[in-house]
Amino acid sequence: MSVLIDTNTRVIFQGFTGREATFHAEQCLAYGTKVVGGVVPGKGATTHLGLPVFNTVEQAVRATGANASAIFVPPAFAADAILEAEDAGVEIIVTITEGIPTLDMVKVWQRLRGSRSRLIGPNCPGIISPGRCKIGIMPGHIHKPGNVGVVSRSGTLTYEAVDQLTRIGIGQSTCVGIGGDPIIGTNFVDVIKLFAEDPETQAIVLIGEIGGNAEEAAASYIKQHMSKPVIAFIAGQTAPPGRRMGHAGAIISGGRGKASDKIAALEAAGVHVCASPAEIGEKVKSCL
Amino acid sequence: MKIHEYQAKAILASYGVPVPRGEVVYSPEEAGAAAKRLGSNVVVKAQIHAGGRGKAGGIKIARGPDEAVEIVKKMIGMKLVTHQTGPEGRKVQRVLIEEVLLIARELYLGIVLDRSQGTPVFMASPSGGMEIEEVAVKTPELILKEAFDPYQGLAPYQARKLAFGMNLPVEAVSGATSAMMALAKAYVAIDASLAEINPFIVAADGKVYALDAKINLDDNALARHKDLLELRDLNEEDPLEVEASRFNLNYIKLDGNVGCMVNGAGLAMATMDIIKHAGGNPANFLDVGGGANSEQIKHAFRILVSDANVKVVLINIFGGILRCDVLAAGVVTAARELNIHIPIVVRMEGTNVEEGRRILTESGLSFAVAADMRDAAAKVVRLVQ
Repeated sequence: MSVLIDTNTRVIFQGFTGREATFHAEQCLAYGTKVVGGVVPGKGATTHLGLPVFNTVEQAVRATGANASAIFVPPAFAADAILEAEDAGVEIIVTITEGIPTLDMVKVWQRLRGSRSRLIGPNCPGIISPGRCKIGIMPGHIHKPGNVGVVSRSGTLTYEAVDQLTRIGIGQSTCVGIGGDPIIGTNFVDVIKLFAEDPETQAIVLIGEIGGNAEEAAASYIKQHMSKPVIAFIAGQTAPPGRRMGHAGAIISGGRGKASDKIAALEAAGVHVCASPAEIGEKVKSCL
Repeated sequence: MKIHEYQAKAILASYGVPVPRGEVVYSPEEAGAAAKRLGSNVVVKAQIHAGGRGKAGGIKIARGPDEAVEIVKKMIGMKLVTHQTGPEGRKVQRVLIEEVLLIARELYLGIVLDRSQGTPVFMASPSGGMEIEEVAVKTPELILKEAFDPYQGLAPYQARKLAFGMNLPVEAVSGATSAMMALAKAYVAIDASLAEINPFIVAADGKVYALDAKINLDDNALARHKDLLELRDLNEEDPLEVEASRFNLNYIKLDGNVGCMVNGAGLAMATMDIIKHAGGNPANFLDVGGGANSEQIKHAFRILVSDANVKVVLINIFGGILRCDVLAAGVVTAARELNIHIPIVVRMEGTNVEEGRRILTESGLSFAVAADMRDAAAKVVRLVQ
């Protein structure tokens, strides 16, 4: 079993006909994902990549039975696209878009409270269950089906970790990129809970970074509830305070959000923390 | 984006937060004229994007216009070193001249984003005038918090809870609550990521004022605030960072000697970390992003090596969207055009990696190809020593 998505997941792309959405929809289709259509307001009743295009998410869901959406809409319109997907009852809303204004995400966050929909991202690579379903922009070929769950705030650093695992023969159950923004729909704790309940997942790799306290929250949950081994790496140990390190959420502000505090909290919770990003694969191997 | 105190005060005043009368000046002559208009004594405040100015000599009282002229003469052009500027300090180019107010109480007001609750939080403290981080550590009970819905604003009752919670004198409560609600309104309207008034004062006459103000703006929202973009002061930013921002490159200058070029923010931070772990020192953070073209790569490389401290370059790319051949072509072009002779270590994985490696090895330039991240870090550290 995988978490969140599987071979039955039916995916639509919002912003379907854009350059990046087109490229990644093709990649997802080639990976075997059931992409069933897309949404572009004003382009309803046309087709793209041989799939139907709809004017609204509601129409797309009604016609295709989609239960997941990948959002590639530009930042100024992305929050509205998320709200539209939620309104249409889409269960898994994966938002790839980077650069959504924070207060737009506050609005989204409040709507998603108590909603049936789960938002992954924004500003994330998406989610993949190797061999089953890929909703996102990660290179599919570096993944391998297996028993390690990966959850990360980063994109390429996750590919790095996954690549290390695959090269030493360790596959992944599901890899979830939760995103690098200050407000994200799904956090470490949400995904760790899912991995804890997933019989297929035997160990978890957590990749955090400076900024916020999501890693500390994860540490506190792991300490109380987690019996599976957790291996972590925290990026930004050498990052200067007060500077935004690429991701909108990666900033040490007012002395808070430092890598050292996160590492200390995780270690105190029994997590195996890698000092170097080159150690992730080996560390996982030693824990299995 | 950071803005100056005087700019923050102008914004806050336009939303109804009372601020002292003041003028920004760029020369001693202007300072004298401003002091005359403002009355007898004035406060002279250096405008730089960093806190801790008072202790560093960036805030002075002038008794009359002549003294204001003298102070500003020394202040403009001086390097102000505070605990937030780093040892290199910041050159003062603008000065705020303000009326002097008699202070009865110093308080703190601020709004930050609570990431885990997904909402802005209004913070208020009777311990104004000191850094709020210090208050948070020493006397956390003295920080009052009210989360608010940005689309409804801070409710009057919430402002009253904060005002009475800080034990404000009854005659100051009405002024304070309307200032708090105005601060919240401004925070939302301009898409701030941080808005602080420290100190927020009750003056001897019972009126309230924002004596200092700090606002950071959400970079992601600047596209819908063209007017605020004009507040950017390029003098406050590192010239290489300004140059990088012209090409949509995420570059942050650091003080080491290993230049780094990476795709993705997390991997870029991890690359800095592994260099340090191997005994070296990163010269910068540079994320060329997922969809960089060879032109951007060329500029990134040029900016990276124009830092005189850089003795060796580490290129670490995990090509997902960004293709390794595009990256390699950009790097080779840049190295040729710029006639670069410092050693370059390349670690590439992912899409079109074979083609990328071929472009590098057949270029005739001296690239050291690393097997993985650990090998890359070891190689650059060896080359630097």
